[in-house]
Amino acid sequence: MSYLSIQDLEVRLTNGTPLLRRVSLDVEPGEVRALVGESGAGKSMIGKAVLGILPRAARLTGGAILLDGENLESLSPKARRQRIGAKVALIPQDPLTALNPSRRVGPQVTDRLVDILGWKRSEAEMRALELLEEVHIQAPDRVMKAYPHELSGGMRQRILIASAFAAEPKLIIADEPTTALDVTVQKQILKLIRDMQQRHGTALLFVTHDLGVVSKIAQTLTVLYAGKVVEATDVGAFFAHPAHAYSRALLAATPKYTDPESSLTPVPGSVIAAVEGEVAAFDAELSGAGRR
Amino acid sequence: MRDARGQIRRLPGLRLWLSGGWLTFLVLAAVFAPLISPHDPLAQDLFAGRLPPVWEQGADPAYLLGTDSLGRDVLSRMLHGGRLALIVALVAGTLTCLIGASLGLIAGYYRGWADLVISRFIDIWMAFPPVLFAILLIAVIGTGLMSVIIAIVVIDWTRFARVVRAEAMSQGAMDYVASAQVAGRSRLGTALSEILPNVLPTIVALLTLEMGIAVIVEAILSFVNLSISTDQPTWGGMIAEGRTSIYQAWWVLVFPLFALFLTVLSFSQLGEGLKDHFDPVLR
Repeated sequence: MSYLSIQDLEVRLTNGTPLLRRVSLDVEPGEVRALVGESGAGKSMIGKAVLGILPRAARLTGGAILLDGENLESLSPKARRQRIGAKVALIPQDPLTALNPSRRVGPQVTDRLVDILGWKRSEAEMRALELLEEVHIQAPDRVMKAYPHELSGGMRQRILIASAFAAEPKLIIADEPTTALDVTVQKQILKLIRDMQQRHGTALLFVTHDLGVVSKIAQTLTVLYAGKVVEATDVGAFFAHPAHAYSRALLAATPKYTDPESSLTPVPGSVIAAVEGEVAAFDAELSGAGRR
Repeated sequence: MRDARGQIRRLPGLRLWLSGGWLTFLVLAAVFAPLISPHDPLAQDLFAGRLPPVWEQGADPAYLLGTDSLGRDVLSRMLHGGRLALIVALVAGTLTCLIGASLGLIAGYYRGWADLVISRFIDIWMAFPPVLFAILLIAVIGTGLMSVIIAIVVIDWTRFARVVRAEAMSQGAMDYVASAQVAGRSRLGTALSEILPNVLPTIVALLTLEMGIAVIVEAILSFVNLSISTDQPTWGGMIAEGRTSIYQAWWVLVFPLFALFLTVLSFSQLGEGLKDHFDPVLR
């Protein structure tokens, strides 16, 4: 049974504009599923809906989110928060704003252990030191006492990864965790996330717009376009034979380093302009022209 | 780079010392006013009226800063007036801060209808001219120390509420607030552990600023004779009395005015200095 199962999820802005249209998605235990799409496709919105941190202007208007077989939307807000806190964690997009600048790093890593799992502060600190070592931070005891601004972006992302794994969650949602980082650091962070994921056997929902990253980390992927799932398959099959026309357009848009002279191939249409009717039309056109 | 930063850092240090020094001096003077005052601040001596300060010609060394037209000792009155000014600054400033900042935090973090109600209140409040509002309020509830404090809280809470609301709003959009919530922290817990510490430097700066403003408001109210009762010496009252005899006895006006000026300046400088000191990024 899937660990996370999203069924026909609908999220709308308060003024009725749909952001997610009947999105269904499953993450098996221990599996890495990539969630790809261009900006505005609603990738991050799915993660936010699961975690219960949808922006104020967005509402969940339909569908169900099952975590470990339990419908999250049927729980009280408090119970939902505790369930998420104990079982799911987030690796956020921007390490620069994801740590509270006026608190030391240590307590921010141990918060969850103390608050949700009821550990003693001293035990939690021991565990945090181990974790910081596990994410290759030198002198972890010194880092624990530092303020976030004293650390580099890569360091902060390592700390966020450590704190995501701290409570041994069964599922981690990584929301474009490498986007805000320098290219060389990106590679290390990606490797770190993959190593940690394999060692801890955590399921991972990896939100990204970078197909290169997908091929390195994920086993399965879901392609999202304008709030709709257009393809869900495993990574090997996707790169070999992308089924949907949009997937092919997306793959074609990836720059080819083997041929630096060639111009980039844009994906036709614009997500921002895609209101309901237009999407349907574009969708029909794409699939009509492109489906096998 | 290092040198430039060192220089910038030394400046708030000096600022903190100077303003802190004056305020410490003031607190000591206020606390020990009954002990160190050379005269009873209310004792009149009509034969010793309008004596100049001690370095001027015709002065009486017993009256260090001279006497007013009723022959009361300016120095003793200033010391006792400083007492009232400080009480008003501390009590009114703190109360204003607590009320205004709490409302601002609630409005800025919880948003929704709480924000709607509080924001409309702020808008309505700010449409009143503050000093006129205070005078009207005191005319209704009567003079006295308590009334002055209430008046200051009532007219000035919006200052805190507005700024804290805006800060809490921008903090609320930060990823670490979302992260705290994902980690299972309650709404109130998040507000206290994630938002408040980041708004605190601003609150501290506003608090000291507010203390300076409270001193001014008290002086204004004394000036129009609506503050504490008339037989208690206050800086504002002294300035009002000194104004009538400015050409014959400038010292009655100038000394309390100078004390008022230094105190308000010190409060605002202290606030700026403390803000820099508290901010972990600037520290």
